[in-house]
Amino acid sequence: MEKVFENEMKLEFISKSCNEAFARIAVAAFASQLDPNLEELQDIKTAVSEAVTNSIIHGYENKQGIVKIHCLIKGNEIKIEVSDSGKGIENVDMAKEPLYTTKPNLERSGMGFTIMESFMDNVEVESIIGVGTKITMRKVVKSKETTESQNEFELVK
Amino acid sequence: METKFYKKDKLLVLKITEEIDEFKVQEIRRRADYEIERYMPKKVVFDFNNVSFMDSAGIGLIIGRYKFASMLGGKLEIANLTKSVERIFEMSGILKLIPVTQI
Repeated sequence: MEKVFENEMKLEFISKSCNEAFARIAVAAFASQLDPNLEELQDIKTAVSEAVTNSIIHGYENKQGIVKIHCLIKGNEIKIEVSDSGKGIENVDMAKEPLYTTKPNLERSGMGFTIMESFMDNVEVESIIGVGTKITMRKVVKSKETTESQNEFELVK
Repeated sequence: METKFYKKDKLLVLKITEEIDEFKVQEIRRRADYEIERYMPKKVVFDFNNVSFMDSAGIGLIIGRYKFASMLGGKLEIANLTKSVERIFEMSGILKLIPVTQI
């Protein structure tokens, strides 16, 4: 039976916005095991950046807290969970609406969830007021499919 | 960010050289507003040629500068959009409001 490639990583950092670049680059580096093309990698980086920004500026409202990222690779799919123990989202449906933002004064565009949803295959939001928010995003890396037979060949060698 | 001001045309070109996210955008915003206020240009062009990453923070940045430049009587345009930058702007609908230009 063919063995499915699996891998996992966890990351925790404090909620400083200067960590956004660190977070998306770390996840992208992990995701590159799936051999994504540049566009897929950019999609993943952007979605992670949006989720982490939400945790920092909405979840913790720039107060100090911990942002956690948990990544799982199974076959050619990556699952990325971004969670915080911040204030939670009052109305998830509304937060997902394009252009809806609770912080227009900070020049937030309200496009975070729209971008996550269009760059990833699937996005789930679990949020409890006063407890925190967890975003779960999934993406199948398609460029892997074409190179898979090549990898098997290398294993046989 | 690199600034160039063309006196004759009162054109201010702001070339963004940083990745644009919520962290970096704070400095870009502050510097852009400073330059706009200082030169009072007829037209501001944001050059995205060197932007290797942008998330939704870029949308707020451009809408905010558009409002600020308009308030001071200037126009705002964007140039040299990379594929991923264009995709995000397109999604937000701001391309209906802000012209894409060549520089």
